Amino acid sequence: MTNYTLVPRSLLLSGAFLTAFTLSATAQQSADPPAAAQPPAPAPAAGAPPPAGTAASPSLPPGSPLIGRPAGNDAAAKLAPIAPPPIPAAPDKLPTAKLKVPAGFNIEVYAAGMANARSLALGDKGTVFVGSRLVDKVYAIVNKDGKREVKVLASGLYRPNGVAFKDGTLYIAELSRISKIEKVEDNLDNPPKPTVIFDALPKDEAHGWKFIAIGPDNKLYAPVGQPGNNVLNDDEHGLLRRMNLDGSGAEVIARGLRHTVGFDWHPETKQLYFTDNGRDWMSEDVPEDELNRITKVGEHFGAPFCLQGNIVDPEFGWGKSCSEYTAPVGLLGPHSAALGMRFYTGNMFPKAYKNAAIIARHGSWNRSNKVGGDVVIAKLNKDGTMKSLEPFLTGFLEDNKYIGRPVDVLQMKDGSLLVSDDYNGAVYRITYGKPKTAGKS
Amino acid sequence: MRKTTTALAFALIATSVSAETIEQRIAPCLACHGEKGQSETENTPSLGAQHAPYSLIQLFMFREKLRVFEPMNEMTKALTDDDLRLFSDFIAKMPKPEPPGENGDPARMQRGEALVRQHRCDSCHNGDLSGKENVPRIANQREDYLAKTLAEYKDNSRHGYDASMADVMAPISPEQIADLAHYIARMR
Repeated sequence: MTNYTLVPRSLLLSGAFLTAFTLSATAQQSADPPAAAQPPAPAPAAGAPPPAGTAASPSLPPGSPLIGRPAGNDAAAKLAPIAPPPIPAAPDKLPTAKLKVPAGFNIEVYAAGMANARSLALGDKGTVFVGSRLVDKVYAIVNKDGKREVKVLASGLYRPNGVAFKDGTLYIAELSRISKIEKVEDNLDNPPKPTVIFDALPKDEAHGWKFIAIGPDNKLYAPVGQPGNNVLNDDEHGLLRRMNLDGSGAEVIARGLRHTVGFDWHPETKQLYFTDNGRDWMSEDVPEDELNRITKVGEHFGAPFCLQGNIVDPEFGWGKSCSEYTAPVGLLGPHSAALGMRFYTGNMFPKAYKNAAIIARHGSWNRSNKVGGDVVIAKLNKDGTMKSLEPFLTGFLEDNKYIGRPVDVLQMKDGSLLVSDDYNGAVYRITYGKPKTAGKS
Repeated sequence: MRKTTTALAFALIATSVSAETIEQRIAPCLACHGEKGQSETENTPSLGAQHAPYSLIQLFMFREKLRVFEPMNEMTKALTDDDLRLFSDFIAKMPKPEPPGENGDPARMQRGEALVRQHRCDSCHNGDLSGKENVPRIANQREDYLAKTLAEYKDNSRHGYDASMADVMAPISPEQIADLAHYIARMR
């Protein structure tokens, strides 16, 4: 592509290289950097067209995370979303030794070297699939004869944050489409390209990346976030949808979601619980992120009118009341970015963890003193509301700076728990009891 | 011709076997981008005092073809992670670009400055648009490169690392892009 721009460009470059190349031979003796000739101006380079199938220009109101920031406030001016380093940390540079788990638990590196490792899914044969948001890849952590190996399963995707697995098929959610790879674990060395099953989705970048999961009803659940920090969205945003596994029969089941990046079904009640990220810039301490529960199709969870179940939004809440909306069952901390959550059903951890929600909090950016950057345990009351929120995995926050940021959690068949870290491009494994040799799982 | 170019580029940039200094390895980059941090080449950015985390992200994106511009994709494709860090750190220490000698058109300068305020560029890029961390220094960048980049962010043909610029640019018109670029290139 873009060959039309390359003729003058490559001529220019070759001229410059030839000059520099010739000079660098002499520069072996001379410490002076080579003085390159002033190159002639090339023809204007046209912008490269986007790769096929990627997002077009957004048509909705601007989604800048900075909209709503108070003007003329020095503390607020210091805050902006935090970009992770692009290069995954080498295994020996991971902060594993600084991470803390409760007594009796152990943490080790499960796999590393996966740039921007995000959502997790487990295959029937033990393969762990890992999505990404800032790069174009889905990874597979393959477990073979006690040795783990990371493969790039698919690349050239656009913000492939979401992964889900069911009956041999891997489902991948990009920014604006959902696709699948059948019999994926039989073809890990030579996987076919994903085939699209659903793409009737908006292309907004803000809160456009998706977490997906498959419910006990055998349907695929996929959200669409609000296209900005705090916006009055149209009917195509701020929702959760479910569909058959071939993409047919799609229906919206919930509205008033700002951006959920994690959900799971309660092991006993089969009700869907989801995390939702609260708006930015209202204040340091409110609103908090939410833990929500869907009890019937068609509920509205408040955004952008009612926040955390009890605050009418200063901008959009006029004339509204929180009683019109379904309140969260628990609050997860201001700006804490509660993302991946799964109920624990394994037998490895102590009984107190059974059916508790394990929640990865990516950590705040919109707060002077950071909150989150940890994995917490939400225990529920008999009525399904949240009873308590306890720290589980901490240590990612050092001097108010992140040395790692958890994104998703995943229970393995043996009851151990994986945690992804997109800041370091790694996945950790938490076990309970006597530490076992790495490599066995 | 193109193959020769590429081969020569690799010989220079990707080879660390011969223990070349960073100054020698980066010389072909600076042939276009400017030796003193200031680019004299059309549509080619000045790199001086650019923040290392930003440059590292861009070099990584070029290498991984997440940002598509073939000459840069070619130049970076054989670089190691350490190479990328080395180049980013070096660039950060070069002198920052200077505004052009002549003053801008007063009406356009005024409009550009108002747009910077209105769209909160200063929120991430700092009040003087010097940038920080992964947010680039844009003050006194080349006008043509600024205009081209803003237009590419607007139509999403340049995917940002975290996509915030696509959203920021959505409501900004092509005429406003021209005024923004005029002002940012010349601000003092």
